[in-house]
Order: sequence, then C-alpha cells, then structure tokens
Amino acid sequence: MAYPIVAAHGIHKHFGQLHVLKGVDLEVEERELVFVIGPSGSGKSTLLRCLNRLEEPSSGSITVAGIDMLSPRTDINHARQHIGMVFQSFNLYPHMTALGNVMLALRKVAGKSRSEAEDIAQAALERVGLADRAHHRPAELSGGQQQRVAIARAIALEPRVMLFDEPTSALDPELVGSVLAVMRSLRESGMTMIVVSHEMGFARAAADRVVFMDHGLIVEQGPPAQIFETPAHERTRAFIGQIRQH
Amino acid sequence: MEEIVQSFFNAEIAEAAMPIVLAGLLNTILLSLLVVPLGFLGGLILAVLAQVRNPAVRWPLMAWVDFFRAFPPLVLLVLLFAGLPFAGVELGGFACVAIAFFLNTGAYYGEILRAGIESIPHGQVEAARSTGLSGLQTMTYIVLPQAVRNVLPDLLSNTLEVVKLTSLGSVVAVPELLFQARQAQSVTFNATPIVMAAVIYFLILWPVVRLLSRLENRAAAGRG
Repeated sequence: MAYPIVAAHGIHKHFGQLHVLKGVDLEVEERELVFVIGPSGSGKSTLLRCLNRLEEPSSGSITVAGIDMLSPRTDINHARQHIGMVFQSFNLYPHMTALGNVMLALRKVAGKSRSEAEDIAQAALERVGLADRAHHRPAELSGGQQQRVAIARAIALEPRVMLFDEPTSALDPELVGSVLAVMRSLRESGMTMIVVSHEMGFARAAADRVVFMDHGLIVEQGPPAQIFETPAHERTRAFIGQIRQH
Repeated sequence: MEEIVQSFFNAEIAEAAMPIVLAGLLNTILLSLLVVPLGFLGGLILAVLAQVRNPAVRWPLMAWVDFFRAFPPLVLLVLLFAGLPFAGVELGGFACVAIAFFLNTGAYYGEILRAGIESIPHGQVEAARSTGLSGLQTMTYIVLPQAVRNVLPDLLSNTLEVVKLTSLGSVVAVPELLFQARQAQSVTFNATPIVMAAVIYFLILWPVVRLLSRLENRAAAGRG
C-alpha cells in the first residue's frame, strides 16, 4: 500500500459557537481520486479548506506530501505550492489575461523567469484546451473557460494534490462537461484529487472512493458503487435518495 | 468700471507682480509634489493595516484615522507651527505644512483606499494565497491594482482638495502661491495679484476637474 500523500487526523473546526468539524480523519493515497459528498453545512468545504490552511483548524494534524501543515515552522506559502485548489466561483484575477493569471505564481512563488513562466503557463492552458484564449481577460471567457483557466493556474505549479471545491456548481449545465473533461484528463495523468461536488455521474465514473459527510463527521466511505447502491447508513441513503430526485 | 479694471485687472501691476506670483506657483507645485505622494503613501499604509484583524492594531488605527479626519487641517497646522516651539521643536513653515497635510490627507487617502481594497472579492485573495503568494504579494499584485482603479475618481478628488489646501501654507509664511500674491497685493495696494493667483489655481486644477468628471461619467456608465 502506498503511503498517504494527504493525512488529516482528528480535525476539529469551530467558527465561534459553531462546531463545523468534529474530529475528521481522512487519508488519501497518491493517484487516488476521493469524492466528498454531503448535505450543505456538513463541513465538506471546510475540511477541504483546512487541508491547505485557508481555514485554520482548531485542532488536529495535517500532513500533505510529507509536510506538517500545522507546524509553526512550516513555510505555509511554500507548502501551498504543492496543493492546488479550484474554487466554486473561479476567482480569477480580472485585471490580468488568462496567461497572466497562470504566470503570476510561477513568477512570484516558484521564481521562474518571465520566458520560462510563459512557456509553462502556455503549456498549462494547452492542457485545459485554452491555448487560443491565453490573451483574453476573464470577462471575455465563459464560466467553463474561466474555471479551466483556474485549473491551469493551479496545475502549472505542478502540485502533488489538487483540491476541487464544488468546481461545477456555479456553471450553466451545458458548460459543466468541459470542466469535467479536464478533470478526467487530470485524473488519467495520475493526479491525486480530492473533490467536493454533487456530480454523481462523474463520481461514479472516475472516483476511487466516495466519502459521505454529515454534521461535521465522516459517516461512511467506500467505492462509489457501494456508497451509491448499498449505503450502510440511513443518513447516506436519505442523502443519495434526495440527490437522485434532482 | 474703470476703477474695477484698475484694482483687479491692472496690466502694469500684473507684469510687475508676475515673477513674485510665479515664484509662489513654484512653491505650491513643490508643496503638492511633496504632500500628495506622502499623503498617498501614508494612506496606503493605513489602508493595508486596516486589513489586519488583530484588535491591538485595529483600534489605535481607527482612533488615528478618526482623529485626523475630524481635526481641521488649519488648526493642526497652526498648532504645529506655533505650538511645537514651546516643546523646543522648531520646524520651518514648509515642514509644518508637510507634516500637517501628511497626517490629515493620509487619513483621507487611507479611508478611500480601504474602501477600494474592500471592494475586491475575497475569493481572489484566497485563490492567490492558495497558489503560495504571501499576503503582501497578494496585496501588491492582485488587490491594490484593482482597488486603486475602483476608487480612482475619489483619489483624484481628494488630490484636488489637497492641492487647494496648500494655500493654507500662507498662514505660516510658506511662500506659496496665495502668500506671494498677498505680498504683491500689500506692496502694490492692488488686488490684481490675487486675481492672478485665482486664475493660476483655476488653470492648473480645471483639467483635473474635467478628467474627474470624465472618470465619474465612465464609472456611472460602467455601472449602468
């Protein structure tokens, strides 16, 4: 068995009075695609955001690619290069072109020269099928294209893990396919991925494991077929049933 | 009519006063070139510090900004110029104007820039941080370029006020435009130098006012 590239143990998160994560354990192996599902407010996005410390866990331990993410001695900016993240609302920088969006961290974090960064960024845009949109601003791109630029921005840094936080939830239905296609090709290239999403079809086709969360805890997990067809817990069954009706 | 022309638009006096008034203009420009960037820089520091959540930073900062926005700049200037010597600190008029304006206008620029910074969706900051950019890099490359553009009309409007306010320097004997014009007026017993100063102020500021209207119209069109 491969060593886990992501290991989170006993993660608790409080927002004031609110106890959002109540002791979550999650291990993800290299090249694994883990799907996290659950009702809104179950803590799945918070868990994802704790992994790269966009959210500071109240307690617990997190190791990513061998780096102790919660140690005060860890250079968090350096560590985050290894963890790509894609957001529901794309969050591109509107004052820069697609190429500029991808190049920024290559230049300022990875310390690449301008021409080197440009080559890498162009190649990353090529991978998401947007080489011909390199010089367009986000406002000139469709939602699906913007999200693919956001994926290019993350993968250009050659992360060890990619986190997807509801990557298709803000997209019109006809644009979802193009983003899922890029995610599938990433998967085929062996990228380790943790995906919070309601795209059950994609989960069924591509996920190695589905994790069901509710009320700040992992209720159950297993291969997609098991979770979707024969869930062990009543809460999982109820949730899958609700999703199916949509 | 003749009398009005003689007292306000006297060509002979205008010619004689020209070098004095122009020397004042030069000082007004120098003072503006000093005070505007200084105030802007001070404002930038205040606006960036305002993003720090720590109450130990937040409260003193708010008190600072409130105090200097509420304090009339003329009173501040007189206090520095006439008050500090009692503490054994003698600053020239020029330095007093620079400090008073830095404190006053920095607080204004700070509030404008803070509004600009807060107009940038937080998601962009999170995205930038997730790629490993530091907080300061995110501010420099992502937030500020957009923030400044979003509040450009307000920044320009404040700059206009600052340049006009440099005429307060005349109170503490800084030989800027108004002070020089008044010197010329008092030796000629004629108001023409004051009119000259007024015309010069108008000529240098009117293009900025025009630019401001255009920016404001464009911003209004952009929103519509």
